[in-house]
Amino acid sequence: MQRTDFVEQEYLREDIPQISIGDTLRVYVKVKEGDKERLQPFEGLLIGRRGAGVRETITVRRVTHGVGVERIFPINSPNIGRIEIKRRGDVRRAKLYYIRKLRGKAARVKEKRRVQVAAKAN
Amino acid sequence: MGSRTAGVIAQNIGMTQIFLESGEVIPVSVLQVGDCRVVQVKSKDGPDGYNAVQIGLDSRKKFKKTTKPLRGHLRRSGVDAVDFLREFRVDDVAAYDVGQKLDVGLFEAGDSVRITGTSKGRGFAGVVRRHGFSGGPKTHGSHFGRIPGSMGASATPSRVFKGRKLPGRKGGEQVTLSRAKIVKVVKERNTILVKGAVPGGVGGRYLLVSRVGDAERGKDQ
Repeated sequence: MQRTDFVEQEYLREDIPQISIGDTLRVYVKVKEGDKERLQPFEGLLIGRRGAGVRETITVRRVTHGVGVERIFPINSPNIGRIEIKRRGDVRRAKLYYIRKLRGKAARVKEKRRVQVAAKAN
Repeated sequence: MGSRTAGVIAQNIGMTQIFLESGEVIPVSVLQVGDCRVVQVKSKDGPDGYNAVQIGLDSRKKFKKTTKPLRGHLRRSGVDAVDFLREFRVDDVAAYDVGQKLDVGLFEAGDSVRITGTSKGRGFAGVVRRHGFSGGPKTHGSHFGRIPGSMGASATPSRVFKGRKLPGRKGGEQVTLSRAKIVKVVKERNTILVKGAVPGGVGGRYLLVSRVGDAERGKDQ
């Protein structure tokens, strides 16, 4: 079977940093208000990635006012302004869904040591 | 313009999605256009009595298995485009020559195209899957599950009417999308991107793709 990669190539975004599960991210989403456009940040824990190529999406979770909020972003979308990595997490799982059942101290993720400073830049 | 034109033979090589500037996601089928050659031009004034062009795919492999009558037919055109010979009814035959190559140049992004292919075979399917019957309740003592229901009644009519929707083979038949939208044309790859799904699965089956003429565009077929 021939691949459809060549179609996707052009839509892949190269400015997206190397992110991994457990990281705390700040995702800037383009929001249109009337005819103005601004970037709205959403900061939270990266608990899952899914899909490949242009279809890849990430799930970012945060808890505000005691309510868990998860947003799913297509990371190659032009509606994503930029993604900042606030903190590298050290986790052993590909999906952190277990964190949904945890509250407070238990819901923390260890910070990853041994991370080179270079990798932290966006 | 606005008349029926010839199309191409293509193959679905998969689906993906692309983004518009606005961030909108468009699901697309990637259609690889084959090496299409005009094998024969039939004209209304000629022996055939109607206007059409016959298109085939150039294929060395298939040529070896060609029967003699077909070889004779191909010899007359001098084109070995033997795989998947199909005709397109056209209005202006003068625009086509035997041996001419047809590629994605026929299309532009935004064009409406007609796509004909063979749907995926679903095997022997029941009435719920095949004809969209609603079926009965699964519980509460019901035994009406997914069965087709009553037919033939009693003394009248005492027979089953022809055309009654019953279980049987589903799929594997010709399906035509009358107005698919071309999202993009990739010239270097001889490939077109069409919005949404196309009949049949990935690879294998060939699809006929032709432009929907301006004249046809307004009215429903």
